[in-house]
Amino acid sequence: MAQTTTSPSQIGPVSTDSSRRARLAEFWYYFSENRGAVIGLFFFLFLIIVAVFAPLLAPHAPTMQYRDAVLVPPFWEEGGRATYLLGTDAVGRDILSRLIYGTRYSLFIGVIVTTISLVGGILIGVIAGYFRGWVDTVIMRVMDIILAFPSLLLALVLVAVLGPGLTNAMIAIALVFQPHFVRLTRAAVISEKTRDYVVAAKVAGAGPLRLMFKTILPNCMAPLIVQATLSFSNAILDAAALGFLGQGAQPPTPEWGTMLAEAREFILRAWWVVTFPGLAILITVLAINLMGDGLRDALDPKLKRS
Amino acid sequence: MFRFLLGRLAVLIPTFIGVSIIAFSFIRLLPGDPVMLMSGERVMTPERYAEISHRLGYDRSYIVQYLDYLWGILRGDFGTSISTKSSVLGQFFQLFPATLELSLCAIIFAVVLGIPAGVLAAIKRGSFWDQTIMGTALIGFSMPIFWWGLLLIILFSGVLQWTPVSGRISLMYFFPSVTGFMLIDSLLSGQKGAFTSALSHLILPTIVLGTIPLAVIARQTRSAMLEVLSEDYVRTARAKGLSSFRVVGIHALRNAMIPVVTTIGLQIGVMLAGAILTETIFSWPGIGKWMVDSVFRRDYPVIQGGLLIIAGMIMLVNLIVDLLYGLLNPRIRHQN
Repeated sequence: MAQTTTSPSQIGPVSTDSSRRARLAEFWYYFSENRGAVIGLFFFLFLIIVAVFAPLLAPHAPTMQYRDAVLVPPFWEEGGRATYLLGTDAVGRDILSRLIYGTRYSLFIGVIVTTISLVGGILIGVIAGYFRGWVDTVIMRVMDIILAFPSLLLALVLVAVLGPGLTNAMIAIALVFQPHFVRLTRAAVISEKTRDYVVAAKVAGAGPLRLMFKTILPNCMAPLIVQATLSFSNAILDAAALGFLGQGAQPPTPEWGTMLAEAREFILRAWWVVTFPGLAILITVLAINLMGDGLRDALDPKLKRS
Repeated sequence: MFRFLLGRLAVLIPTFIGVSIIAFSFIRLLPGDPVMLMSGERVMTPERYAEISHRLGYDRSYIVQYLDYLWGILRGDFGTSISTKSSVLGQFFQLFPATLELSLCAIIFAVVLGIPAGVLAAIKRGSFWDQTIMGTALIGFSMPIFWWGLLLIILFSGVLQWTPVSGRISLMYFFPSVTGFMLIDSLLSGQKGAFTSALSHLILPTIVLGTIPLAVIARQTRSAMLEVLSEDYVRTARAKGLSSFRVVGIHALRNAMIPVVTTIGLQIGVMLAGAILTETIFSWPGIGKWMVDSVFRRDYPVIQGGLLIIAGMIMLVNLIVDLLYGLLNPRIRHQN
């Protein structure tokens, strides 16, 4: 961990830039060694573009019902039409357009859930790891309590209590993901706290807030970033699962899990209504997990040398 | 070892109390009047309201109510279901064998395929096999299992017509429940075809529920094996001239299994969460479907009690895994 022993607060602005660039180059070197990770990254960028330009890319409006085109199969199947490339659902909505708009929801869910649980987890974890004592004990017990429940079950019950819907689903998922970030941050802070550079900063007169967030935290980020990518993909999966159970995004929202829930009764009649939304979830989650594996290899110094 | 056990219990008991507070509080956090919700009646007179409120104990302070609830739990009283009017604990024990049977089959499926796959990927590191196995494992790990279940139904029940769509056994068969495990009960009943029917109902749910654990176990086995294979004692074993099979199968695998066993133990919680989706898709009458149905029916005593029982069970399983781990690995035992 050679590069982590110098804290950014101790380096001048000029050298920060060059060291950051060097670090970025080093990071890219290890990240790009993993072919899967690069593919995942490019697919993820592609999804972002699709989400941003959804209104331009989608051939139809996502909730527009074409009454003359109910359960039309994809264009290559018999009876398929070129205007509905991936077919239509039971009320005549274009599946491709719904999938394109669905990208927005999935990425949005991932970003919001990961941000809430990451920021919350870091705050609570740094406090627990820095102060130790009873504060630490209380925080960790609360986290143990949350971890005692299967996460999807807890999220399901939370949403049932808060009321079904996408916002409440995201809150519930962020809450059940919280303990992982708290534990990771706490463990990293505890191991960093006694190092010489922290002691030096303390002797130089840095206050607790500066010590916690400027001196120690930047050196604890690697495992947190890896966990964040994992949470991003898990958030998409769990939100889709809640949508599938009817407790997440509500129809006619083109959220992928909700689309699957609506399609369930047609599984033996119209395979395309079920297949494509699930495939979209799988590929998205897979791309993020591929990226996560690459990030882990590039950021984990222990694995780097093996 | 005894001190180790005491240490774990010292953490576990406050956690369980916390879990019970959460389960207890859920119903109080709900929008709406708990008395109306609990009674399940839409219109009632003020006298009737007061009577139900008194009967349910809602006219007392929260702390008294909680202590009363806790006292009930200690005596095994987890409340009564609104919709079926039967005890929550009784329902749980009635449905739990179905989930247990499914989970056991899924874990066996995951272990039997996952460990050899992980070992193979590790010894052939970087090869075509390694890449294929790890690629497949990552796909399995990323799988939305509710969709996976639907796909398998389309293929095996729809197109090929090999397996039934839902339930535990064909309605043609009826026999008393002895163990609660359909595979064993159908054999005991001696009815022709009953076992085959039970088995064919079990195959798809087992695959669906076992997919994520399978992927996790394969990945974990591979990385544990890779770590162990670079150890000195493995090199010594090789230098002694032991066969490759002996080195990998006996010297390396035994040590690589320690983290894998922990992973398997921790998968039990994942299983119960996965059972929520798997059981819903296949209409499997277990506790996962029970919980989902209760959420739909707003059967709050069941949600409350079920949450507490499931969390308690997972905590117990984790404790057992911890103790086994401590037993296997003295370093863990003496850490604290």
